[in-house]
Amino acid sequence: MNNILILCRKELKSYFASPIAYGLMAFFALVCGYFFYAATAIFVMRSTDMMMMGRGMPMDVNEWVVRPVMMNVSVIGLFIIPMITMRLFAEEKKTGTIELLATSPIRDLEIITGKWLAAVILFLCILLISALDLSILFLYGKPEWRPILISYLGLLLQGSCLLAIGTFISNTTRNQIIAGVGTFAICLMLWVLDWVAAYSTTATGKVLAYLSVMGHFESFAKGVLDTKDVVYYASVIFFGLFLTARSMESLRWRA
Amino acid sequence: MIKVENLTKRYARNVAVDGISFEVEKGQIVGFLGPNGAGKTTTMRVLTCFLPPTEGKAEVAGYDVIREPIEVKRRIGYLPETPPLYPEMEVSEYMEFVGKLKGVPRVDLARRVEEACERCHCEDVKAKLISRLSKGYRQRVGLAAAILHNPDVLILDEPTSALDPEQRRETLHLIKELGKEHTIILSTHVLPEVEQTCEKVIIINRGKLVATDTMENLNLRLRGAELVSVEVEGRNGALSHDAVKQKLETVDGVSRVTFKENRNNRLVFTVESAQGRPVRADLARAVVQSDWNLIELHSMGLSLEEIFLQLMASDKAAAGGAK
Ligand SMILES: Nc1ncnc2c1ncn2[C@@H]1O[C@H](COP(=O)(O)OP(=O)(O)OP(=O)(O)O)[C@@H](O)[C@H]1O
Ligand SMILES: [Mg+2]
Repeated sequence: MNNILILCRKELKSYFASPIAYGLMAFFALVCGYFFYAATAIFVMRSTDMMMMGRGMPMDVNEWVVRPVMMNVSVIGLFIIPMITMRLFAEEKKTGTIELLATSPIRDLEIITGKWLAAVILFLCILLISALDLSILFLYGKPEWRPILISYLGLLLQGSCLLAIGTFISNTTRNQIIAGVGTFAICLMLWVLDWVAAYSTTATGKVLAYLSVMGHFESFAKGVLDTKDVVYYASVIFFGLFLTARSMESLRWRA
Repeated sequence: MIKVENLTKRYARNVAVDGISFEVEKGQIVGFLGPNGAGKTTTMRVLTCFLPPTEGKAEVAGYDVIREPIEVKRRIGYLPETPPLYPEMEVSEYMEFVGKLKGVPRVDLARRVEEACERCHCEDVKAKLISRLSKGYRQRVGLAAAILHNPDVLILDEPTSALDPEQRRETLHLIKELGKEHTIILSTHVLPEVEQTCEKVIIINRGKLVATDTMENLNLRLRGAELVSVEVEGRNGALSHDAVKQKLETVDGVSRVTFKENRNNRLVFTVESAQGRPVRADLARAVVQSDWNLIELHSMGLSLEEIFLQLMASDKAAAGGAK
């Protein structure tokens, strides 16, 4: 446990020592801010329309602003995640510092978990920028905060899964670009898989829907906390990290 | 302390280490020699559990590198060929990180960092960013990090390759000092360094063991001939080197005379003698009797360098013969 934290601290420091962390934060703030602005503008326009037509039913802020913003954030994540994970192992392999880690008395799984945890924390920091946008809603209205928290949990879980996959890919190469592009390709594939699953009603479609990392986020976005989805995410994370440890071992034997 | 049996390491296409066996006792300083690509780094990587052996066994302090890697790693300080440094860290930050990684108790950490930096002469760069360090300082920091947790065994891959002459001497001195309590394997291409510091030498070539012996035995075994350098000057006017050469060749026990150079009318020769025949006194007499001035006469001995080259040559001949 201690070793995991040592690695995690070191990794976080190097994220914030380079422009990567700040660059990603700026990018996210910009894109997320735009989506928030667009969603709010649509919401305001629609509700004034409704009021003019004389219908008293107020529109739900959670449904019309929070949910679309969260869905968009989950897609932006696909672009950010490869940038976070690509350097995790590839850089250390290139510069040879992996030799220090691999000859220190710590287990592979501790190295992997520490690095992944740092990536998760950075991802969380980036996500929290969007909370600044959403907090504006609390200034002018009374959105429900529980579904918001649940969708953040969903974003974090979904991100952690993809980060675990990215960690795995970064461990297979010494080239950061390859690691980044590979992770992005897989994230994209999973996203597309989700569309296919959505339009298909066959058994394969159902399996795909279950496997789809994005598919499990929808219920979170609606503010529903379903154990099934949490278990799914937790097992993908565990499996991803475990697989990374195995591949580290087998790469060593094949070297 | 270190036991290697029939160690073989194959990479995808080539065999880097081919069935080598050796032992290192506690407290020994061992020089690990071999030409480029001989397999020194690979052997060290196996010993430090960075790479698993393809065949054979390696033990450090009684622990097998495959079955109990964590125990082995606890007892080893390793300085790889390129020091594994994080450019974005400050030196002191890096040292603390390595200390924690190696399991140095938190209460001792600051003191150990202090000590290691002092021993490796890098206190004055402690607050510097590693990316701003010169190559030699990087190597010093790497060495400091390797000795930080006071390991039983030190494995140093070319620890002096980037150092300036003064620092080189200090580092060798430090290694000698460390050798009192630690077992050390160091690889290097600078052979006089090995002569000064190591008690034992392991020489490999193309993955195969060529020789493993103590320095003294190696000297005895190979010091067949004695090499003597002779500098002669004509008493009046220039001297023909052929004449001198002929004269020197007549001395009893001399097997070969080579003319080296003409330094301002002083002729320099290298004289090789047969085994166990001291010839210096006779050489001096021969020169003086011929009415020449004897400027200089000294025995060159056989340096490790020559031993090394001889071994490599005979190894090559053996390989050629086998084909
Ligand atoms: N990762 C690797 N993959 C494939 N072959 C390798 C790898 N590392 C080393 N080799 C090969 O193994 C052999 C031994 O290399 P090694 O690095 O152990 O030599 P060395 O004795 O340390 O040489 P040097 O004095 O140049 O440092 C070489 O033929 C080298 O090409
Ligand atoms: Mg080497």
